[in-house]
Amino acid sequence: MNNKFIVALLFLWIPLAQADVAATTRDDPALEKRAMALSGHLRCLVCQNQTIADSNAELAVDLKNQVRDKLRQGQSEQEILDYMVNRYGEFVLFSPLVKSTTWLLWFGPLLLFVVGLYVLAVNLRQRRRLMQQAPTLNKEEHARAAALLSGKETKGHP
Amino acid sequence: MNRFLLPLGAFVALVIFLWIGLTLNPREIPSPLINKTAPAFRLPQLHESSKTIGPEDLRGKVWLLNIWASWCVTCRQEHPLLVELSRKNFVPIYGLNYKDRREDGLALLKGSGNPYVMSAYDREGSAGIDWGVYGVPETFVIDKAGLVRHKFIGALTPKLIDDVLTPLVKRLNDE
Repeated sequence: MNNKFIVALLFLWIPLAQADVAATTRDDPALEKRAMALSGHLRCLVCQNQTIADSNAELAVDLKNQVRDKLRQGQSEQEILDYMVNRYGEFVLFSPLVKSTTWLLWFGPLLLFVVGLYVLAVNLRQRRRLMQQAPTLNKEEHARAAALLSGKETKGHP
Repeated sequence: MNRFLLPLGAFVALVIFLWIGLTLNPREIPSPLINKTAPAFRLPQLHESSKTIGPEDLRGKVWLLNIWASWCVTCRQEHPLLVELSRKNFVPIYGLNYKDRREDGLALLKGSGNPYVMSAYDREGSAGIDWGVYGVPETFVIDKAGLVRHKFIGALTPKLIDDVLTPLVKRLNDE
């Protein structure tokens, strides 16, 4: 009896939770889509590896509401990003700006790749040179080497 | 020999970078407000809702703005330290009661002492957003010209007060 009551209570919770989400998306699905897209570019500072779109932290909810309000007031995406940066700093942008202090961050992987290519090229060239310097075999030695490699010649082995 | 030195050097460099990375606190995000005019707000006072308060009222003096809430455990830990600081009459502390219920905020001040000259009541947290608040407590130092000069993220500690806050306030008072 008591358990059933609790289960019934749990089911009562579900529509309430949904009502909360619905309230934010109710009037304008297009605006909501823009708000969520923009929120995907903003970092939740409480849960730092999430965007505010993904986060349900209280601050993230507040900031999402700010984004919605400002879009509704007709502000552009860039204006809203600037507003956030002015208050929370550039760290609030989920992808860092491309500027001199972030060049290493943005182009570092490419730099590593180029260095890797260079090291590979140097190594390959060295190896080719070693191959060219390798002693040449006469016909007889060649035949013996081939036989050894194919495992046919066992002479000399214990 | 060179074959081993090079990877070893790269490894050591990596370890040094990671070591430095470990000592950094990712929670401490430098505030873009530093050396900029304190964001304006006009909010009701916590004690007297009919009166308002804003940063403009405090031009001409060095003051602290401490963001606090009764639901914030760290603020409660910080609280005695603020009370102690306020008793020294060294620098006026103003509070921003952030996303709190008025009666809860008042009850906390009644129970554990009120370090604030005055607290603003920010029910919706809108002033908090303008100030770039992303956690409580945070403490801002505002100078005579109304510029934000420093931001403490998280609770103040006796060490922070002695090493950072006190010299800073002295310097700003002399400006």
